[in-house]
Amino acid sequence: MSGLEFLLAGTLAASLPLLLAALGEMVVEKTGLLNLGLEGMMAIGAAIAFICVYHTGSHVVGFLAAALVSTVIAMLFAFLVIGARANEVAAGLAIGVLGLGLSALFGKTYESLTIKGLPKIDIPVLSDIPVIGPTLLTQDIVVWLAIAGTVALWWVLNRTKLGLIIAAVGENADAARSIGYPVMMIRLVAVAFGGAMCGIAGAYASTVYTPLWADGMIAGRGWIALALVVFGTWQTGRVAFGALLFGILSLGELTAQAMGVGLPSQVLSSLPYLVTILMLVVISRRRSGLI
Amino acid sequence: MSQPALLRLSKVSKRYGTVQANHHIDLEVHSGSIHAVLGENGAGKSTLMKLIYGVEQPDSGHIYWNGQEVHLARPSDAQALGIGMVFQHFSLFETLSVVQNVSLMIPGKPAELAQKITGLGDQFGLSVDPHAMVHRLSVGERQRVEIIRCLLLNPKLLILDEPTSVLPPQSVRRLFETLRKLQAEGMAILFISHKLDEIRELCDTASVLRGGEVTGRVDPREHDARSLAQLMIGREMPNVAHAAPRPPGEERLRLNALSHPRASRFGTALDGIDLKLRSGEIIGIAGISGNGQQELAALISGETRAHEPGMIEIMGKKVGHLGPMARRKLGFAFVPEERLGRGAVPEMSLADNSLLTAHSRNMLSRGFIKRAAERAFTRECIQAFDVRTPGPDAEAGAMSGGNLQKFILGREIMLNPDVMLVSQPTWGVDIGAATAIRRRLLDMRDQGCAILVFSEEMDELFEICSKLHVLHKGHLSPALDAAETTPQEIGRYMIGAET
Repeated sequence: MSGLEFLLAGTLAASLPLLLAALGEMVVEKTGLLNLGLEGMMAIGAAIAFICVYHTGSHVVGFLAAALVSTVIAMLFAFLVIGARANEVAAGLAIGVLGLGLSALFGKTYESLTIKGLPKIDIPVLSDIPVIGPTLLTQDIVVWLAIAGTVALWWVLNRTKLGLIIAAVGENADAARSIGYPVMMIRLVAVAFGGAMCGIAGAYASTVYTPLWADGMIAGRGWIALALVVFGTWQTGRVAFGALLFGILSLGELTAQAMGVGLPSQVLSSLPYLVTILMLVVISRRRSGLI
Repeated sequence: MSQPALLRLSKVSKRYGTVQANHHIDLEVHSGSIHAVLGENGAGKSTLMKLIYGVEQPDSGHIYWNGQEVHLARPSDAQALGIGMVFQHFSLFETLSVVQNVSLMIPGKPAELAQKITGLGDQFGLSVDPHAMVHRLSVGERQRVEIIRCLLLNPKLLILDEPTSVLPPQSVRRLFETLRKLQAEGMAILFISHKLDEIRELCDTASVLRGGEVTGRVDPREHDARSLAQLMIGREMPNVAHAAPRPPGEERLRLNALSHPRASRFGTALDGIDLKLRSGEIIGIAGISGNGQQELAALISGETRAHEPGMIEIMGKKVGHLGPMARRKLGFAFVPEERLGRGAVPEMSLADNSLLTAHSRNMLSRGFIKRAAERAFTRECIQAFDVRTPGPDAEAGAMSGGNLQKFILGREIMLNPDVMLVSQPTWGVDIGAATAIRRRLLDMRDQGCAILVFSEEMDELFEICSKLHVLHKGHLSPALDAAETTPQEIGRYMIGAET
């Protein structure tokens, strides 16, 4: 397989955890909250999904359990911030650490075990197209569902009253309250949605993308997803584009290593993170009118 | 009257902590009447409206709607009865269009709503483009959107909270015409204001609030402004008779073609602003907030740096590149419009707040704070400027707006500045304190200080300024002599009809 084919085949799957977590967080931030616990919520989702799939062999069970558990963790954040009025930065970091800790605890006895991933689906006609057929267009079911979900989310946020309400709550919560919207409830639902998305993102990472359990396997993807929301300026399409970009980057790093580029692997591994920092600097400079 | 009142309040009380915001309020509003609720800031007007609109619930007392007792647990309860409210600070969403804003409250397809908006606009003189983005609208247009949004709910009672405080005179005329048309349709209107002339012109009944209690029910058309004011503040109106200004002296602040790009999406770019301010004179900058006032104030104070040093001169020195501290060292002082956060740190004591700008007044010794000097300065300020507070240790954030403003202004005046920038000096300040603040500014002028005042209150500017400029969309009008211009002319500049 050539480098290009490798990229075409793997980019979507590599982007998927980033995409789902970032879209979930984007909705949370659109309602005016900030949940920094993505990394932890993804990690606990990954651990729970792996354990469930290991014992039941069913990815459906794994994904559902991961979404549920991460939602519970997100609800803890919601309780702290909306109910107890805790500082959202501190609360987000705290549940992030909690999620990481729990994932290590639950995953301890499963360290280095492997499971079966999901099959790639051959779609007649599409898979026969040269070059992109067997690569880009041959993906597992979750990828196709995620693409459909991204389009659906864009439609809800930009074309429906629900999207309008979410935007209104995020822009001016007091005004939304004064015209009679249940701001707290809307935020609660958004946080739950963000949690579920992180859970699914983690589940995909541990049971499909690399179907094995290793402690710390989320490896900063929660933080990159967080940065992607800013990078995408809270717009579905741009966030998705950003996720793809970082998917390519992380694969490109592997390709480069395999082809024996004369750089130490540590430098290549740090590339996505460096690019994240660069992007954030560029965006915030542009926003403050300096570029 | 045989028919029961549309809305009746009986002995309604509300207390926040130790503050009795409303005490045994009785109020009757009838259909087809424009009823004024008159009172100073802090008299309890806003609390009363929140009780009527269901935002807050009374501790005791009863509210009757068409003779039936009602409990309003939330705004939607009030809306269901037919109560609409136009807020003082608009509850619109800037990133959405007019139709989108309306559709958040009114069910219906966007196209139908747009048609209804246009229809109501024609009927009541509330024209506005349904598809415009709200952040592009002028303040007057935004208010029209708020009113239209209320009218689409078919209210029987419309509450307007200080509706004219943000409008240029032309828009005030237009609003009054709209309200009269609504009155003729049989709607009841509660008009909250502290502007006496407007109430006399528009309203047929007035309830006067003072210290949370109703102190009078009058027909405002039968009283002059002076006797209404007396009801409102409980004593004679203070006079601001002051000596005429002496001819101004040397130049102290100068803006030379000051331009600056906008900093954020909703900011305003400043465009070639020229201004000369001399000692012994007060120049006023009129205009509706959001037309570049904050940007210009930040550039003059040094919070934002100008692109070229020569764009701003203080005491004859080019200072565009200097920060606030360096400008203050030249004799510049600044009273910002945001009292909490810019003028004072809410969590800090008054004494520590003194230190922030007055540290050069012998309050430091080798980098250590001299607490005694800090407190002495603060005590002097409290006394000289009639700040009502327990003492220098009181937290700034716990003070009323008027008292804190007196403290901040006093602190800056005690620095004996040569040039002073005062932004919105009497926003949210009661009449008594506002008069005192204006008198202080005139005293400063007579002592030779050069003062630049940003204000939305046109009466205030005419009272203390010798020259006026108008800031509209980042563009500054030529200087107008206060003795020769009229509020109407200023108003034309405010809406951009003249530049």
